[in-house]
Amino acid sequence: MIDCPESMSCRQFQHQLPELVGSGAVAAAHPHLQTCELCRRLLADLETIAEAARQLLPIVDPPEKLWEQIESAIKNENGLAGSQAKL
Amino acid sequence: MSNPGSAMNLVNEAIKRPEGERAAEVERPSQAAGVEVAPRFPPLPPSSPEEAQTLSAAQQGDHLAFARIYSQHKRRIYSLCLRMVGNVAEAEDLTQEAFLQLHRKIATFRGDSAFSTWLHRLAINVVLMHLRKKNLALVSLDSAMEPSAEEGPGRSFGAADLNLTGSIDRLALEHAVSSLPAGYRLIFILHDIEGYEHNEIASMLDCSIGNSKSQLHKARLKLRDALCEYPRQEERR
Repeated sequence: MIDCPESMSCRQFQHQLPELVGSGAVAAAHPHLQTCELCRRLLADLETIAEAARQLLPIVDPPEKLWEQIESAIKNENGLAGSQAKL
Repeated sequence: MSNPGSAMNLVNEAIKRPEGERAAEVERPSQAAGVEVAPRFPPLPPSSPEEAQTLSAAQQGDHLAFARIYSQHKRRIYSLCLRMVGNVAEAEDLTQEAFLQLHRKIATFRGDSAFSTWLHRLAINVVLMHLRKKNLALVSLDSAMEPSAEEGPGRSFGAADLNLTGSIDRLALEHAVSSLPAGYRLIFILHDIEGYEHNEIASMLDCSIGNSKSQLHKARLKLRDALCEYPRQEERR
């Protein structure tokens, strides 16, 4: 639940901002932002960062050899487990 | 059963779950209206009968089925590891360790959460334990969850001299993300880069949705501060 008194201070607004942004509400429509340039810019910056993050660090495949290493390690573990079971 | 000394437990201890708020709460999409949404890393589709069959076979020791599971999840797990440690060799080691642990534990998966969420949680635990062993990020991890005045993003309150609107230099952002304390970095990567919702992150990290939102917000504030410093550092060169 977000309270939005018109007399809200910047500190009060910014305290509510994580919940406001995280809830999916249209944060830009908050009454405090209609009169506060400072907090408008803050919100715009945070949205810019979130947008930029989506283009960051492309997803990459691990090298093919990795599966071979995992398979080998699994076989070693299974072999050890097998030999332990025999003991 | 959790290991009392695990890095995940350090996270769990630091981010207490408020009464009445649980990871299973429904989360609405966190998109600002009017903002064009760039393609995000696509979420894995709900389990199909074929996937459920593969999982069941792998749980019974079918090696080919386990290979299929590796193939389905390798990119996401490797990318998470790479983003967290920023080093290819370490990311490969961590991915290998995550899948080895998966192989050991897959029979214990009971379907209480989505398999991909369960696997991610396992991988995150591997990464956090690695960071702990390296003794590099433990302090940062804790401080991310309980930031001190120096570590916390306190500057942005009322700061009038910051304005990133328009564009962000990609290199600057990559550098800023890699410099985040591990706890902030983890939640920023999971939410803003990988596209997980807060309820999924809360489930992975066993924290509240409110804490996930709060940590993400603090991460973005720290990034904002770092990005606003970046041009000044460049100018000094």
